Amino acid sequence: MEATDSATDVMAPSSRFFETWFMFAANKAALLGLVLGVLIALLTIFGPTIYPTDPFEMVAAPMSPPGEELLLGSDYLGRDILAGIVHGARTTVLVGFSATLFTVVIGIIIGVFAGFYGGWVDNLLMRVTEFFQVLPGLLLAMVLVALFSPSLPTIIFAIGVVSWPPVARLVRAEFLKIKQREFVLAERAIGAGSWSIMWKIILPNCLPPLIVAATLGVGVAILFEAALSFLGLGDPNTYSWGYMIGASRDFIWETWWAVTFPGIAIFLTVLSISLIGDGLNDAFNPKLRLL
Amino acid sequence: MRFLFTFLRKLIYSTLLLLAVIVLNFLLLHLAPGDPVDTLVGEMGGATPELIAQLRADYGLDQSLSVQLLTYVRRMVRGDLGQSFNYDQPVIALIMDRLPATLLLVMTALLLAIFFGTLLGIIAAQKPKSIFSGVVTVVSLAGYAAPVFWTGIMLLILFAYLIPIFPAFGMREVGTGEHGLRYMLDVLHHLVLPAFSLASIYLAVYSRMARASMMDVLGSDYIRTARSKGLSERVVVYRHALKNAILPVVTMAGLQFSQLIAGAVVVETVFTWPGMGQLAFEAILKRDHPLVLGILFFSTVIVVVVNLLTDLSYRLLDPRIK
Repeated sequence: MEATDSATDVMAPSSRFFETWFMFAANKAALLGLVLGVLIALLTIFGPTIYPTDPFEMVAAPMSPPGEELLLGSDYLGRDILAGIVHGARTTVLVGFSATLFTVVIGIIIGVFAGFYGGWVDNLLMRVTEFFQVLPGLLLAMVLVALFSPSLPTIIFAIGVVSWPPVARLVRAEFLKIKQREFVLAERAIGAGSWSIMWKIILPNCLPPLIVAATLGVGVAILFEAALSFLGLGDPNTYSWGYMIGASRDFIWETWWAVTFPGIAIFLTVLSISLIGDGLNDAFNPKLRLL
Repeated sequence: MRFLFTFLRKLIYSTLLLLAVIVLNFLLLHLAPGDPVDTLVGEMGGATPELIAQLRADYGLDQSLSVQLLTYVRRMVRGDLGQSFNYDQPVIALIMDRLPATLLLVMTALLLAIFFGTLLGIIAAQKPKSIFSGVVTVVSLAGYAAPVFWTGIMLLILFAYLIPIFPAFGMREVGTGEHGLRYMLDVLHHLVLPAFSLASIYLAVYSRMARASMMDVLGSDYIRTARSKGLSERVVVYRHALKNAILPVVTMAGLQFSQLIAGAVVVETVFTWPGMGQLAFEAILKRDHPLVLGILFFSTVIVVVVNLLTDLSYRLLDPRIK
């Protein structure tokens, strides 16, 4: 917390938190996103207990429309769509958060070193970043997953490998901005070492934009996972929303419900995350809202 | 002169970037479990150890890794991207065959996204508090949150089945010939749904960017000057402000071009559009590694070329950049 104390805008951490929260809560779109997010979280945690039907099981007549035998109908094999959505939520959330964590960790490490040391370190790391940015992300992720067998760890790894560059750039830019500020120079003057300046002084001050980027990153990761599973590169042992759409691809007209409902689930989840991310961004930067 | 020098430097840098992609491809091929000979032997249903050793020697797999890398780089630089296992054809020939379809799709989607995105963004920026501005925000959020393959499927259900005004798959009907107006119109007809699906995500991004940058530009001094000269709002917005407001959109479009190519993979699979993306998808399912990596390399070449062009056009658009 010493970082916040030494920041130029002197404000107790708790009041800063409340200020952000008030800004966030005053934003209707952000609140809508939050409510949606809480509902999805509840579905993820309690859904499979409340609705234990196995999504792999053929429980109804194939292609039965919504409301006839099952609430959301069955797919071409007779699998319960609602069960798929309830159980698939866990995969989506798990991959979304783990892949983002991985992305953010790589991004922070690269960005911190590039921004703090500058010079040839920065030059080298930025070239590596650009290298990863010219590669078509999804295509590289597909290649990685296909080469190293489709499983949840591989998928998370692949998404992380293709998504970290924007985070690294963001952290680097923040470091360049902050490292010349008075409070950092003061820390240095009283004898703080490079290591502690990097991680304990500057990094905590990069948190607001980093939190926004990480939040939005969860949405990106979820879309990535959905695309991979849709293309048949998901983990074959777990049920996911993208897989459901991909599995019913040849029957989009005969069983429109089997492709529509899982898509709505992905859509609402990513929408909720985007709304929360945008809301946080506005709350962290009150000046932007006046625009 | 200075301009030429910068361009030359960028060119060299891009070449190095592509070299790095070749090395990455090589590493991926070698890190992957099993080598081409294993695959071949698997397809032949087994072979004697002597034959396997012979095949390894034929493929140069018995040499040291650095020698193999060198041979690989040399081959790639010459444009020899290897042989596809599955099609038994040179990878480069397969790619060239599919390239026009992908470029058509990607370029159309890009232009649609830039045009409509900028237009929506500008209209929204002129009246930030209006309902229209709110609608643009909602649409852009929705376009971003919907997975592109799902958008495509929804468009298919709506406009190919429910209201059958567009074809559901492929690039052309049988029997329209290979040339002429009828052929072009047919391809265009098939292009509408895939292009709009692919454009949907970027439309969202560009309209938001255009709105933000237009609002920024409209508040600047030179616009106030233009207004105070008594110029009509239309001239101010479309003549004076647009040129500066569109710059971030162009930069973004260039930067995101690699994502667009990747998005084409998904869209092409949904609409069975006979492009490079569909080829990549099939190659991945068939474990046709040379073809997959060839496509990865070739798409990166396209991205790098487009980035160079964007950089060039950026310099031409904005005289402040020297």
